[in-house]
Amino acid sequence: MKFTLSWLKDHLDTEASATDVVAAMTMAGLEVEHVTDPASKLAAFTVAKIVEAVQHPNADRLRVCQVDTVDGRKEIVCGAPNARPGLTTIYAPIGAYVPGLGVTLVEKPVRGVVSNGMLCSGSELEADDGSEGILELPDDLAVGTPAAVALGLEAVIDFEVTPNRPDWLGVAGIARDLAAAGVGTLKDLSIAPVPGTFPCPIAVKVDGDACPVFSGRLIKGVKNGPSPKWLQDRLKAIGINPKSALVDITNFISYDRARPLHVYDAALLVGTTIQARLGHHGVHGDEHLIALDGKTYELTPEMCVIADADGERPVGIGGVMGGESTGCSEATVDVFVESAWFDPIRTAQTGRTTGINSDAQYRFARTVDTGSVVPGLELATKLILELCGGEASEIVVAGQAPAAPGPILFDPAYVQGLSGLAIAPERTLKILTDLGFAIEPPKDVPASAFVTDEAALVCVTPPTFRRDVEGKADLVEEVARIAGYGALPSTPLPEVPRAVGGVLTARQARARTARRALAAAGYAEAITWSFTNQKTAALFGGGAPELVLANPIASELDCMRPSILPNLIEAAGRNARQGFPDVALFEVGPVFHGDRPQDQKTTIAAILAPHAPRSWDKAPAENVFTVKADLVALLEEIGAPVASLQTAQGSASSWWHPGRSARLQLGPKAVLAEFGEIHPAVLKALDVAGPVYGFEITLEAVPEPKKKAVKTKPAFTPSPLMPLTRDFAFLADKAKAAGDLVKAAAGADKALIAAARVFDVYEGPGVPDGQKSIALEVVVQPREKTLTDAEIEALSAKIVAAVEKAGGKLRG
Amino acid sequence: MTDLTTLEADVLAQVAAAGDLTALDAVRVAALGKTGSISGLLKTLGAMSPDERKERGAAINLLRDRVQTALNEKKAALESAALDARLASETLDLTLPAPYRRKGSVHPTMQVMDEMIAIFAEMGFAVAEGPDIEDDFHNFTALNFPPKHPAREMHDTFFFNQKEDGGRMLLRTHTSPVQVRTMVSQKPPIRIIAPGRTYRCDSDATHTPMFHQVEGLVIDKGIHMGHLKWTLETFIARFFETDAVTTQFRPHHFPFTEPSAEMDVQCDRSGGEIKIGQGTSWLEILGCGMVHPNVLRACGIDPDEYQGFAFGMGVDRLGMLKYGMPDLRDMFASDGRWLSHYGFSAFAAPNPASGLS
Repeated sequence: MKFTLSWLKDHLDTEASATDVVAAMTMAGLEVEHVTDPASKLAAFTVAKIVEAVQHPNADRLRVCQVDTVDGRKEIVCGAPNARPGLTTIYAPIGAYVPGLGVTLVEKPVRGVVSNGMLCSGSELEADDGSEGILELPDDLAVGTPAAVALGLEAVIDFEVTPNRPDWLGVAGIARDLAAAGVGTLKDLSIAPVPGTFPCPIAVKVDGDACPVFSGRLIKGVKNGPSPKWLQDRLKAIGINPKSALVDITNFISYDRARPLHVYDAALLVGTTIQARLGHHGVHGDEHLIALDGKTYELTPEMCVIADADGERPVGIGGVMGGESTGCSEATVDVFVESAWFDPIRTAQTGRTTGINSDAQYRFARTVDTGSVVPGLELATKLILELCGGEASEIVVAGQAPAAPGPILFDPAYVQGLSGLAIAPERTLKILTDLGFAIEPPKDVPASAFVTDEAALVCVTPPTFRRDVEGKADLVEEVARIAGYGALPSTPLPEVPRAVGGVLTARQARARTARRALAAAGYAEAITWSFTNQKTAALFGGGAPELVLANPIASELDCMRPSILPNLIEAAGRNARQGFPDVALFEVGPVFHGDRPQDQKTTIAAILAPHAPRSWDKAPAENVFTVKADLVALLEEIGAPVASLQTAQGSASSWWHPGRSARLQLGPKAVLAEFGEIHPAVLKALDVAGPVYGFEITLEAVPEPKKKAVKTKPAFTPSPLMPLTRDFAFLADKAKAAGDLVKAAAGADKALIAAARVFDVYEGPGVPDGQKSIALEVVVQPREKTLTDAEIEALSAKIVAAVEKAGGKLRG
Repeated sequence: MTDLTTLEADVLAQVAAAGDLTALDAVRVAALGKTGSISGLLKTLGAMSPDERKERGAAINLLRDRVQTALNEKKAALESAALDARLASETLDLTLPAPYRRKGSVHPTMQVMDEMIAIFAEMGFAVAEGPDIEDDFHNFTALNFPPKHPAREMHDTFFFNQKEDGGRMLLRTHTSPVQVRTMVSQKPPIRIIAPGRTYRCDSDATHTPMFHQVEGLVIDKGIHMGHLKWTLETFIARFFETDAVTTQFRPHHFPFTEPSAEMDVQCDRSGGEIKIGQGTSWLEILGCGMVHPNVLRACGIDPDEYQGFAFGMGVDRLGMLKYGMPDLRDMFASDGRWLSHYGFSAFAAPNPASGLS
């Protein structure tokens, strides 16, 4: 929404500058986006008069002018054909920056004659009047008058209107708020009715809920032509092209009073009834309308259609745009003026369906003042009679405007109760009155209301243009914003007892620990989109229809991700394509298995695409065991029961290398994590070079540790006896999982065996084909006494027996 | 006695001449071994008269001691030389690089989230969470967005496809649904923040389809806008870690708060970058207000008994302001160089003792 200071002053008696107005608007809740002030741009330019203009001695098309300027008489060379003695125009001194040319004037001879400045055209001042040559201004302008004043250019204030304040879409509404805020005095906004001299020959009819109220009148014998300069200037200043007096008047009232109107050329209407109804599917298909913008629109049963010919012929889309066939032109003699109230939701929907965002549509969609239907028509009548002449009929009205807002029972002390602002009740009531609210004594008092003093209670009735005000909290906002938020006190929150043990849930705390632990382990945290594309989602077990977006920002991001891994893998690919293939990334975030809240899980995913710098000491390459080590360390860090976890190889999901991936689980239904090498086919589909290793932990699957009443740890009871180690080598089938043998060995005597570890795996000469040798180191921790040789022998035998049962044969 | 003198000179010369420990040991055995020359002399003592033995014995023992000392000294010298030689042979070029170790980092948005949680935890706020996929009730209706109201359109909502029952799910456009879920499930007093991912169907230099918010909610008896102002002023000063920060409240409109406000922070925009705590410009940083009575009612709270405030801020954006990241889109690009440049150490967890970062 744009307006100028002089327009504002039509309604507001004030000495305030544009800067003051902008500051007051901002603090009253009108967010100013920018102010374009031609005066600052044209500060160097002033009015001048050409005294003499003679032919340039060396150039046919140039004249040498003697010019009376603010700097005295100057000799200026000018190429404009209209440079003639007596002409009042605009002068730019040497050193001035000419915005339309983008140059700064320097003193230099033009074909041998020095030009001491420049005479300007409209386009050079970026105030294009469409004419050739230098500006021709009225002779009564004094030499030295600033160009902005001479050209009637003034600051344009552009601001954002929040959807709750449709009344701000009219300059009068802004004036009202600024007056309440103390910027000036509101002038009389009342509109005197213009009596009709004859019955309106055109009847109006509304049907159903298409349009609650529709009014109009005929004005006959008008002369439509260009509107007067003041009206054209008003519209041009805010970027609206003047068309004809009748159209300009409707545009003016739309911006002045936030009251859209429409004018029909009565001679082009068919029949004597105008009807507002819903669009209908006719026998010949949907109705159509060629609107004023020349485009054809399909009219649906959800739209309000204005129709003549007894409701048969569409002549407009109600509240959105009129039809081309009945539009006013210079030839219009009898005009039918429409002032109606169209439903905001229907108008908003029609705007979306048609793609039309007209000034009328914008205002009706945001709720036009329900009390302005007839007054708006009266104002239009007054202006039409003034500017175009003619004779007005009586007004016809069909339907009824929505009921005015009801009264709100209000205790002025609630202002302080809700805002903290200490404001005297009289001030509160004065602000509300200034804003157009009616204050009356209370009628009856409901018990539950906020009441500190029954005697102070009042009934506050919002004006019809403030349908956003529904309750007493809204009234507090009105008072607080006009009084100024700057006066709000700064009141410390009451102290509350702190939650014992911090504010994070166990899951939140674990996510935070995981983040820090992985960063410490060398992984960089990334945040990737919660979406991926459906195809990729399908590769990772997702892509269900209920997780596909109806309106994605791009087809690449059309589906909620079932796993973080694809996003990280793609990120690795992007980094590699930029020449940085060594990638270790992680993310802690949501994944989606369905659209219910419980289908969303938090996972911790990490990937490693190892391209470490080549090493001079031939260190072994990183591999799937690197991520296994990081995974297990991380699980330990977040308090997962690592010792109880099974490594279930061959059961991990399809996006992993089938032979190089596993689940870490407490049981088949309690899978905490999967890890491994990403399946080469998946990498190929994502266009990423492998190998890529990774893991993904489902945080919700990690059991929470039992809550304990006290923080004490179990007592430290180290054994005083030295541990001893015994080594064994077993032969097993090549496919045998070493983990099974380790588990068997460790379980042979849980009291004495502290650990069992693989220290060698060998295949080759000395080991039968299809078998491998697994060497185990078993750590024995005597508990009560040193073991005798015989006891150690017995234990060894137990170990061998247990491992043999698990499929390992002691190597001879 | 000359035989002893000669012998001593002879043995000591051999000790001195021994080039390594093996040669030295041979000298030791030849002199002091069972059949060594000095041992042999000691054996002759038994056949001597007591007087002769006394005199001769003392001389031989002294000789033996001197030879032993010489052997020990020579041995130590040889060992030291051998160690020196070994160490010299073991020299490593320590200018060679140590094994490669990647440097990890914490994403700045998450660092900032942790900072915010730390500040609000100090003020007694708990952390609440909710789903990213929401329904219309929690994201809009309960928050006083009338059906089909233009304010809904301003949210650029991502929708899922319509279901058979006519409903359709959406991606939350703010974390306010978490406030709704909290109010529905928990009796006042309430003091929570709701951090999380939010989504808007919008993408340009300053908008990404996904971003992060932290919202706050306080519901109790007698909570007013002054409490809101103090809470946010205190937060902003602590967050930017400066007392010099100046803020202002401006009226604004949100469907879910009444009265509503936006908070601006004073800044300097002159040098092409934004500096908080100086200058004369204002920058909008968050929206807030008193929870709308309709919202309280929708969540089963009596607005005549309880009232409170809510606020919401963009985590990524505040992070950009504090730490100088120029482009929102980079936050989600996962460029390793960017992550390493703007990321934080694993050990920079915000805490009240050492500060935020």
